[in-house]
Amino acid sequence: MKLSQSRVTEQGHVPLARFVIDWIQFLNEHGEWTQPRPDFATDEWLRDMYKHMVMTRVFDQKAIALQRTGQMGTYPSSLGQEAFATAIGIALQNEDVFVPYYRDHGTLLMRGYDMSDILAYWGGDERGSTTGPKQDLPLCVPIATQITHAAGAAAALKIKAQDNLVITTIGDGGTSKGDFFESLNVAGAWQLPLIVVVNNNQYAISVPREIQCGAKTLAQKAIGAGIHGVQVDGNDPMALYQALLEARQRIQQHKGATLIEAVTYRLGDHTTADDATRYRSNDEVKEAWLKDPVKRLQSLLASLNLWDEQREQDWQKQCAKSVDAAVKRYLAREPQQPAAMFDYLYEQWPEVMNEQLDLLIDKIDRMSSSH
Amino acid sequence: MAEAIQDTHELVDTVLLEAVNLAIHWEMQHDENVVVLGEDVGSNGGVFRATDGLKQKFGFKRVMDTPLAEALIGGLAVGMSTQGLRPIAEIQFSGFIFPALEHLMCHAARMRNRTRGRLSCPMVLRAPYGGGIHAPEHHSESIEALMAHIPGLRVVIPSSPARAYGLLLAAIRDPDPVIFLEPKRVYRSSKQSYENNGEALPLDSCFTLRQGKDITLVSWGASIAETLQAADALAEHGIDAEVIDVASIKPLDMQTILISVARTGRCVIVHEAAKSFAVGAEIAAQVSEKCFLNLQAPVQRVAGFDTHMPYFQNEHYYMPNVQDILAAVDKSMKEE
Repeated sequence: MKLSQSRVTEQGHVPLARFVIDWIQFLNEHGEWTQPRPDFATDEWLRDMYKHMVMTRVFDQKAIALQRTGQMGTYPSSLGQEAFATAIGIALQNEDVFVPYYRDHGTLLMRGYDMSDILAYWGGDERGSTTGPKQDLPLCVPIATQITHAAGAAAALKIKAQDNLVITTIGDGGTSKGDFFESLNVAGAWQLPLIVVVNNNQYAISVPREIQCGAKTLAQKAIGAGIHGVQVDGNDPMALYQALLEARQRIQQHKGATLIEAVTYRLGDHTTADDATRYRSNDEVKEAWLKDPVKRLQSLLASLNLWDEQREQDWQKQCAKSVDAAVKRYLAREPQQPAAMFDYLYEQWPEVMNEQLDLLIDKIDRMSSSH
Repeated sequence: MAEAIQDTHELVDTVLLEAVNLAIHWEMQHDENVVVLGEDVGSNGGVFRATDGLKQKFGFKRVMDTPLAEALIGGLAVGMSTQGLRPIAEIQFSGFIFPALEHLMCHAARMRNRTRGRLSCPMVLRAPYGGGIHAPEHHSESIEALMAHIPGLRVVIPSSPARAYGLLLAAIRDPDPVIFLEPKRVYRSSKQSYENNGEALPLDSCFTLRQGKDITLVSWGASIAETLQAADALAEHGIDAEVIDVASIKPLDMQTILISVARTGRCVIVHEAAKSFAVGAEIAAQVSEKCFLNLQAPVQRVAGFDTHMPYFQNEHYYMPNVQDILAAVDKSMKEE
């Protein structure tokens, strides 16, 4: 085959593939439009998003307070990532499958989780993973394993010829793991109805993004898998929602899976067991606060005359009320019975386990009589 | 094997490998949610041909050649099983199962517990395991104890064609995750007649293969062959050995073993896996905890060494053989 001169580089190489990673943003950090308002972002939609974001933040603050006062276990804050959670929450349709990681409280609330269940999960009670849509997977603590489950769920939907899809989330650190690559790879090979959303909050506990990965974007990890990759401003819910809409469209048009990198910043510690001051400067965090997604959307709403001080106060009160009620429900729960650890081990109870159950019952007797 | 994969309800006479194929075939025929995935399982029918003919019959949507990625295979099966499928995932050799094990241990085994029954992982992870076929490094280890230590899993090892057929059907139908380890050394070693009728055998149960009053021999998988040979040899010397095939390594049916040992007063456990911390150690511990006063001799273990499985030139020195079993029985019988 004769190659045209223009296709050959100066070194005599023939380019076989080139790629571009697009960036999506509608709203800059000052709450100003960077491109025309998208059709979906009606007044009501914007207000609704803002309300969800504030509710998520109020919930998050209370969860941290519960941990600090010894009323809950280790908890991973979602402070600063409210736009990420709510954009996914609004993009998910009822029949879709959501496969979360562990920092998705805002999305879970929008999926119908009872707040007190989320508190229960982090409060050491397995019953916290029982609500939400039946098909959704529970929170995933190991890193990146959930992406393979999401790929499996997406394969199941495809095999069953269902037209719903799977959205899964992962942190920036998780994109360093083999499971992540393996899942993107199969999503490309099998054309799975899968959307993987990376919450690039800049730190994998203490390891910053720049020494986590040498690539310019995390979105470009899609390229090797043959799927679409895009980077969005994760503090702008419209940007992420737009990317999710396009990703859904791509699946519906049989164009395959999408990897979305949402650039956010983790304003809090990795978890309540972490101290982020050990590995990042106050100046950096101060600067990140200038990009706060809640403040940003609030500025926009105010400039559109959709929000004011009174509304803010009313909504804050409403959020506090909902959260307080959930905390009451959480604290008032009857504790799980100790034998509950045996209840769901297997569906078909192995008789051979009876002996161990008896040991527990004896132990309970001993412990209660020693009090 | 393609001719063998018929849903006949008739008596068939097959080797263990074909029994695996027949069981999968039966269940795919009768449950459209059963799917097969793994590397080479499709057109190639698996490296050992356990999935031969399935893709031709059920199509690529139900028989999926996956990318070469074991963690993915384990994770895909977890995700599929949460959405109503019953995946049968194949890992080509158990030595490559480790990347997938995270998904079995952290997710498949815990999904029902974690969600209080909202979701579960009815999946089977199949893998050929064990030594004796002159395979390269990493192809011959017996790692059943690692898996048996994980709560919430079932670990099943058939030792004959009929038990492979019945136990695999049970594993696929089980509502919880099952690791099904196939002793590849006896994949094609002998044929057995059984009815291809879709009838499952019970999990969580030992099988008493031979009744005897003098000593209890406990084994599983490929080692059952040598254990039965040893029992034959013992019979010639007037020693009546009972032979128990553990079959379900986890949950472990100790009751059958204890009743037998209480009667015979002697116990020899035979397995290929390294001796220390193995399933044999668990059985010996339970026998001593619960049956000590019935014992007429210390429990003996015939096992592999706590070494790496040697390359194949020396693997026959590692694997328990009939003489090893006879020597252990001899030791046991000399004790009063």
